Amino acid sequence: MDSGCHFAFAADSPGAGSRRRRNMMLVLLSLCGSGLLQQAVADDRPPAAQSAAGKPAEAQSAALFKEQIYPLLLRKCAACHGEESQEGRLRLDARSTTLAGGISGPAVVTGKPEASLLYQRILGDGDLDRMPLDEEPLTAAQIEVVRRWIELGAVWPRDIGPEVTAPRKHWAFIPPKQPAVPEVKQTSWPHNRIDHFLLARMEQAGMAPSPRAGREQLIRRASLHLTGLPPSLAEIDDFLSDDQPGAFARVVDRLLASPRYGERWAVPWLDAARYADSNGYQRDGRREAWPWRDWVVAALNADMPFDQFTIEQIAGDLLPGATLLQRVATGFHRNTMANVEAGTDPEEEHVLAILDRVNTTGTVWLGLSLECASCHNHKYDPISQREYYRLYAFFSGTEKEIETNGTERDFIGPKLQVPLSREQQQQRDHLQAELKQKQAERTRLLATLDEQQRNWEQNLQLPGERMARVFRRGDFLNPGEAVRPGTPAVLPPFPAEAPATRLGLARWLVDPANPLVARVIVNRQWAALFGQGLVRTPEDFGIQGERPTHPELLDWLAVDFVRSGWCLKRLHRQMVLSAAWQQSSRITPELRKQDPTNRLLARMQRLRLPAELVRDHVLAVSGLLSQRMEGPPVFPYQPDGVWNHIGRASNLWPASTGTEKWRRGLYVNWRRTVPYPSFVNFDAPTREQCTVQRSQSSTPLQALTLMNDPAYMEAAVALAARLLNELPAEASDADRVQQGFRLATGRQPSAVEMRILVNRVQVERTEYAEDPQRAELLVKDFPVTGGHAPLALAPWVHVASVLLNLDETITRN
Amino acid sequence: MTPDLSRLMTEIGRREFLGAGTAGLAGSVALRSLLADDSAAAIPPAGDSGIAPADPLAEKKPHFAPRAKQLIYLHMVGAPSQLELFDHKPVLSQYDGQPCPAELLEGQRFAFLKANPTLMGPRFGFSQHGESGASLSELLPHLARQADDLAIVRSLKTEEFNHGPAQVFMMTGFGRQGRPSLGSWLTYGLGSPSRNLPAFVVLVTGKQPGGGSSLWGSGFLPSVYQGVQFRTKGEPVLFVTNPRGIDPPARRRMLDDLGALNRLQLEQTGDPEIATRIASYELAYRMQTAVPDLMDVSGEPKHIQELYGIESGKPGFASNCLLARRLIERGVRCVQLYDQGWDHHGNIATSLPKKCREIDQPVAALLQDLKQRGLLKDTLVVWGGEFGRTPMLQGSAGPKAGRDHHKDAFTVWMAGGGVRPGQTIGRTDELGYHIVEDAVHVNDFHATLLQLMGLEHTRLTWRYQGRDFRLTDVGGNVVRKLLG
Repeated sequence: MDSGCHFAFAADSPGAGSRRRRNMMLVLLSLCGSGLLQQAVADDRPPAAQSAAGKPAEAQSAALFKEQIYPLLLRKCAACHGEESQEGRLRLDARSTTLAGGISGPAVVTGKPEASLLYQRILGDGDLDRMPLDEEPLTAAQIEVVRRWIELGAVWPRDIGPEVTAPRKHWAFIPPKQPAVPEVKQTSWPHNRIDHFLLARMEQAGMAPSPRAGREQLIRRASLHLTGLPPSLAEIDDFLSDDQPGAFARVVDRLLASPRYGERWAVPWLDAARYADSNGYQRDGRREAWPWRDWVVAALNADMPFDQFTIEQIAGDLLPGATLLQRVATGFHRNTMANVEAGTDPEEEHVLAILDRVNTTGTVWLGLSLECASCHNHKYDPISQREYYRLYAFFSGTEKEIETNGTERDFIGPKLQVPLSREQQQQRDHLQAELKQKQAERTRLLATLDEQQRNWEQNLQLPGERMARVFRRGDFLNPGEAVRPGTPAVLPPFPAEAPATRLGLARWLVDPANPLVARVIVNRQWAALFGQGLVRTPEDFGIQGERPTHPELLDWLAVDFVRSGWCLKRLHRQMVLSAAWQQSSRITPELRKQDPTNRLLARMQRLRLPAELVRDHVLAVSGLLSQRMEGPPVFPYQPDGVWNHIGRASNLWPASTGTEKWRRGLYVNWRRTVPYPSFVNFDAPTREQCTVQRSQSSTPLQALTLMNDPAYMEAAVALAARLLNELPAEASDADRVQQGFRLATGRQPSAVEMRILVNRVQVERTEYAEDPQRAELLVKDFPVTGGHAPLALAPWVHVASVLLNLDETITRN
Repeated sequence: MTPDLSRLMTEIGRREFLGAGTAGLAGSVALRSLLADDSAAAIPPAGDSGIAPADPLAEKKPHFAPRAKQLIYLHMVGAPSQLELFDHKPVLSQYDGQPCPAELLEGQRFAFLKANPTLMGPRFGFSQHGESGASLSELLPHLARQADDLAIVRSLKTEEFNHGPAQVFMMTGFGRQGRPSLGSWLTYGLGSPSRNLPAFVVLVTGKQPGGGSSLWGSGFLPSVYQGVQFRTKGEPVLFVTNPRGIDPPARRRMLDDLGALNRLQLEQTGDPEIATRIASYELAYRMQTAVPDLMDVSGEPKHIQELYGIESGKPGFASNCLLARRLIERGVRCVQLYDQGWDHHGNIATSLPKKCREIDQPVAALLQDLKQRGLLKDTLVVWGGEFGRTPMLQGSAGPKAGRDHHKDAFTVWMAGGGVRPGQTIGRTDELGYHIVEDAVHVNDFHATLLQLMGLEHTRLTWRYQGRDFRLTDVGGNVVRKLLG
């Protein structure tokens, strides 16, 4: 056997140093020793060049493959690029998939090892990680065999390896088809199709659903879930006495129509959009972004179809004849942070903002962690770095976020002048009403308004074609290949005729062919109402995410959601009216044993209220809550010194006065580096970046907040006054306790609960009588006493505080 | 008396029940009807639910025997100049006032420096200290006396050169907000030995650092692992103080009722979350005593107060150092002190000595005090900033000169907790610009801190968005030289 060509090639190969030449020697020995080149396996290709040894190169290559390469691929590569897992969408245990390659392109270029990714990656040359990742590198001899195999033609005989034509597609990338609704045995239980899917699974597992929750619990549950506020006592009584069929559906419809609905459902959307009233970082100065927040509330209340909701937020400014409101909607992606500390580079800030827009779009709509691909091809999901920057290109060409005069930096937007005159406000209100009616009419009205707005408008998108560079290793100072806007290959193609703009991207997202968006959105609504998503990693539908607990149900809902016009209210109604959602939340010992994490939903989940709603609920129970909507953020009570920043941004907390301080949590000023303390204590995120799932904790800081935060003490005083005011003077302590208990928990107290609290008020009455000054101190700071004397009020304040601290009070049972 | 009622009495206390309750009870019609309801359940006594509260802060076993059990991290916000404090560069003095060599500037980015900057020699003298001969600035005379306790790392490097992002990088291993902080990882990995104080406590002197609460935030870890900022003005912990008019006995009565009512609900629903909430109220109650007790340093002997250099009753970095020791004594896992005011773009000659005077004595005292109490061996103490400062001067030469941000080389030191003391590792070039020996990336530094605390950095992970995240991201090599 002649090995001259090996040496010749090695000597010629660019960049081959002495190390590689040494490798050649080793390989040479191993090839000679095995004598395998004699065992050539014929492939179905026509014979090509003959080697100096007189054997066709293909035959040598095929033999090498069978003897060495294939075992090597199986041993060293298939764990991540095999049947089970295809990282980078690459599968190396089968012929066609290897030739097709993964997201980075074909793995092998016949005859050209240096140009073949397979060879480059095992060498670890250049910027890319060496393969096998996090394992011992291949030996020099093994590397050389690979090189040689490719050089000789990279022949993979058809009879070796499984016959697969494409890597198996991850479930979430296959468009959902609406499955048949399964049959169930307990036919009397289901209220709607959701229940069929859930019950079929329970029956399979030998489980049965929990009984329906009591009516008091149901109306409170529905009110808190749909509007974030408790039902009034009259609403409870009405429901309890409504024995006509459809009573609960009527309650649900009333709640869906309430303007409180939009305020409650805005909260998770604001988390996803990382909405805040400040820029973040060192100065964390004020930012006027609240018109966007109001837009969200209005859109949700008007039940704007989610596809339109998406398009207007991603590209409202690019819609033909974009209206002011549509431009306001694009505030979604202006909620990125901005560091204006001296020394920042406006260009870098701009890049960071765009990266954040790409990542946030990925998490919110696609349920994918695109971020990984900003520095390198995604390790798990089929998203290449190039594809990442093609998405980036859609968002390029917008104005910078900060400007500098050389010494100081300021957040400049892009800004949109929003008129706030009464006239405009009325027009907006009017528009909201119209939104509920016909689409056409709406468009016409917006166009009219638009005419009046032109003076204030400003081009948000700069002219010119959108392009981006692939930032090597994610470093914007190290730009590589230029790319045009485009979408990842694993998802449906971006239509050739669509504009390569954010508008095109937005429309592509909500195209019914997109396998992810509807599933991701439906899943988050499910998580909000049931406590856990059908996919329990709502932030990740990728390969590493959890599989759905009920895949068919998820698909059924997703398809149904799109077919019925992306209507969120309808979806919420569907879920809430299911028998599953109306189950008792009691965890029996059997249920705890059978299904400790409630995957099969044989019971309802008890859920603590989110931070803002803890506040709203307490304010509602005490009667203080202001129902005023919209407008600049408010500043309810906050201890002195919490704001303590450097620089030009003010540290003054301009405390709201009058009823403004009792507005819903949604409207409370959100400063990113120091969010409102009681919200922080109840697991609110900082809104520095996109969050689609908050953590749920029970901590001593929560206890301290509910017991001692003056905002909550004030509510306790107000609740006490309410109990004295709303019942006649001759009412007994028990009557008042009963009233307070119902206000806080939505139900009648049991006998024991009653005794504990009645006893409490009586004991405290004596205690305060012995020390009247303490009673005065208790209520002194809070002018919500309703004119009651401190001694009369104090024992009730004590009881009210107990009521407001109950686990049940802050929980959706 | 019904059995129910007798059990109720034990629950809420005989005195109260007999004291004022009964007359009022009997007077209520509504209540009489309720009392007649035989089906009413009794109050389940405490701890009888059979459902244990979940305690995410329960102590956990480390990956291997830890060298240190607790951490005190002293962060000088703004980035102190290593060239004036730890990394002595006599050659830089020789080039004082000369233009910076062009090759040093090639491809470099600066926050403020413009073209053609000039070099500036160290503005303060250095000398050798202790048996280890550590080279320390004349600005740190007290610390110099502890020189043999220190392991000085002159070769740290980071990736961010603006304060906010660099602080976030230093504390979370990533340059943007959203990742868990060092302290959160520690409390997640190890739990909390303290049963009446938070696991992770933060004290800030001066203004809030630019990285904001994300510096001690829990990122995507459960929020129970976030740091709790203790304030030195007003309430030490927000809302820890009872409202006026609720005295401690009244608070206790309230909690007893709450406990009883919540236990009833627990029995009704079987939801272990309620057990957790009940426990959290009891912990809150203990905190209400423990926090004021912690903060009240009046019981500390005069010589201790003097050791730290505390001006009586005045909050500041010195008293925060003393509080750090008290927190460690009480079993707090991680204590972080931030001190604002180290961003010396100008006036380094006057401003730096002033800052050093504020921290030198208290930091040295903290080491000494921990040592004399036998706490230093189990407590890792770390001192540093978010980056270093340039060998080039900023502003105009002369007394007002300062230094710009420098991410490629800076100094931190560690002491106690299993660190090999009395050594200086890492070397920068003669101008103090680039590291030439033993470069330690922030990821490596974090890997080492975790190692000292008994945690293997690649095994301390949390799955989020499909990826097992760790403090050290995809990097991190333990700096073996630092391990004792």
